[in-house]
Amino acid sequence: MAATLKDLPGTGSFARGIHPEDRKIFAADAAIEVAPTPRDVIVPLHQHTGAPCEVVVKNRQSVSMGEVLGEAEAFVSAPVHTPIAGKVARTGVVTLPNGRHVAAVPVRSDGDQLEGQDLFEDMFGGDWPVTDLDGHSADQIVDAVRRAGIVGMGGAAFPTHVKLTPNKDKPIDVLLINGSECEPYLTADYRLMMEAPAPIITGALLAARAIGAERIVIAIEDNKPRAIGAMEQAVAGTGVEIAGVTTRYPMGGERQLIPAVLDREVPTGGLPLDVGVVVLNVGTCAAVARAVLRGKALTHRIVTVSGSGIEYPKNLLAPIGISYQELIDHCGGLRSSAARVLSGGPMMGFSLGELDAPVTKGTSGITVLTQDDLIDQEETPCVRCGRCVDVCPLNLVPTKIALAARHRDWDLARQYHITACMECGCCAYACPAQIPLVQLVRMGKALLPRP
Amino acid sequence: MAEDTPREAEAQASPEAHINVAPSPHLASTSGACTTRWMMLDVLIALVPLIVAALVVFRLYAVKQLAICVVTCVVAEALFTRWRGRHANLNDLSAVVTGVILALSLPWSAPWYVGLIAGTVAIGLGKIVFGGLGQNLFNPAMVGRAFVLVCFPVALGATAYQSDTSALDAVTAATPLTRAVQDGESASLWSLFLGNVNGSLGETSALACLAGGIFLCLRRTASWEIAAGTILSTAVVALIAQLLGDGVLSMLHHILAGALLFGAFFIATDPVSSPLTPTGKWIFGVGIGLFVMLMRLFSGYPEGVMFAVLLMNATTPLINRWTIPRPVGGPAPVQV
Repeated sequence: MAATLKDLPGTGSFARGIHPEDRKIFAADAAIEVAPTPRDVIVPLHQHTGAPCEVVVKNRQSVSMGEVLGEAEAFVSAPVHTPIAGKVARTGVVTLPNGRHVAAVPVRSDGDQLEGQDLFEDMFGGDWPVTDLDGHSADQIVDAVRRAGIVGMGGAAFPTHVKLTPNKDKPIDVLLINGSECEPYLTADYRLMMEAPAPIITGALLAARAIGAERIVIAIEDNKPRAIGAMEQAVAGTGVEIAGVTTRYPMGGERQLIPAVLDREVPTGGLPLDVGVVVLNVGTCAAVARAVLRGKALTHRIVTVSGSGIEYPKNLLAPIGISYQELIDHCGGLRSSAARVLSGGPMMGFSLGELDAPVTKGTSGITVLTQDDLIDQEETPCVRCGRCVDVCPLNLVPTKIALAARHRDWDLARQYHITACMECGCCAYACPAQIPLVQLVRMGKALLPRP
Repeated sequence: MAEDTPREAEAQASPEAHINVAPSPHLASTSGACTTRWMMLDVLIALVPLIVAALVVFRLYAVKQLAICVVTCVVAEALFTRWRGRHANLNDLSAVVTGVILALSLPWSAPWYVGLIAGTVAIGLGKIVFGGLGQNLFNPAMVGRAFVLVCFPVALGATAYQSDTSALDAVTAATPLTRAVQDGESASLWSLFLGNVNGSLGETSALACLAGGIFLCLRRTASWEIAAGTILSTAVVALIAQLLGDGVLSMLHHILAGALLFGAFFIATDPVSSPLTPTGKWIFGVGIGLFVMLMRLFSGYPEGVMFAVLLMNATTPLINRWTIPRPVGGPAPVQV
């Protein structure tokens, strides 16, 4: 399928990038399954970009599903809620897959739980209106989203109410809904678009009301024709547009998707709102609809458990705070060939050493790779072939930046725009010398002295 | 099994014991020339038509020259790397590529010690002194060739290509470019295209160069920008010279004769000594074409590809600095 954009200025693609095998076949046809209610969840107080939450419940307090466990005064933050009914235990510390140690509230299941198909119906079923949303003012929408603790569910976990808060200096004219899901293996957004398109569209309409966007575009990669079909059917008569974009990694990045669909370039160091755009993930939109219309907090999300190292790949509706181990066990466990367990997809995901980490709002999937999938070539010297330059979606010269970082030559690294890198990993993927280019750049960005 | 120690039994019971961690990305490209060794193999495959053409025209002379150069380069690489106290990695095939390109750039008549010295200098002075693979400033094969050209001007000069004693038709005549300079004769374009003319081993057949070169560009192992830049700028200057009535060679003669196509596709495109960015590659290629024509039209040498490549190699770091691309979204704002 080719890119299909009607009346949109973009070409449906961006320059450079890579074409990894999508490997979505593992879980693409597995319908969303509700994970069984765990005995314990551990809800991290800092799952998002911004200020961490403070605990607002007491030890041994009984909580019902959706009750607030922690919140923060700061504007850029998002409260966390319990996904199950139960008893709160003493706050501890957990290590998230990204390496961050954060405080977390354990909750032990107690009493009646909303589970199985009832939970699925509660989250995505029922009626999702697409008209007569005028009753919800912008302030009400933003407030409901903030109280529900909604953050970007594509992975970055930036608090959504911050994006939706109107800014007088920077008017927004387009709300772009990101359904591209460009990471190999992941199918969570794909399944959601197929099985529950209605809440996505209602959420998009509500979000557009909040920011005053005239136009709503849902962008989906053209390797998901069935999702495009399902969404096209669902948007009929709502004015929401569907853009089929080229399948190319990293299409899901804002700096690629916005030029591909709208032909606008987000300035380096700036945000999509600098060019009049807000980008929301499809899962985030569904959460917005649920928060605004039903007053429900973000307590569950869809997690793809996939890869050749997992027995039965699935797409699970999982409570936030459930451990990776439990989801893996529910999918038949690891195969003996499993070599690496990732939070997220293989291009930007974090590898786990311990499987007891909790699922967070930004966990889009668990990918289990085998030794055959992994890179086992030795690093050889750079022959300056320029492959990394040919694939860098931001038009950088990765080899120069990486080697400057390796030698701590910060002036050279800055001359080659090290801070513009978004760490998508195309360079390391393409490098014939197996140089860990993006890893070196990442390290360089962390060590870069502040001017 | 009964003999299993508890630890082994545990490892078998829990696959977690085998999981490892590493930073992303966790996948690497497996298509095309996805390792350095594959890139070098690509070059060797692309050189096959040139080697065949050389064998057809020069028979055993070509075999001798290829054998001497390849063996010398590989041995030199192994020896010099060991002397540096490093592990010699001959598996990457880069020394073989240097050897083949060097042999193809020498005249058939060059005595055995020319290949030996050129190969040693190419690897030693051209590559290892800079730090080995990936570190050299100049194309190693051209460093070796330049060295022997200066040392043995007679064995490598224009007269080296002619031999009255040879049994082969093509090699009793002067090279097409020499004939043009000395006698004002131009060879037929058809024989230049097929390669039934005198010259260095690899440069005679334009057809073979095009076939191998286009393969390399399609595999993206060679940069098409460099080859295109070189050929286009040569063509433009040659066309102007032809229109001004200077010399006896037409534009097509300049492109098909001599080492131009061989140089454009196989020598200039050496990634190590050429620029990184597409803009830089165009500048580099155009520069080579201009220097080639400058030397062909105004110097005593009938040919100029080798010097043109070496001169532009020297400007590569500068070109890289000039052509730092603008990132998508513009440069990062200066933090205050």
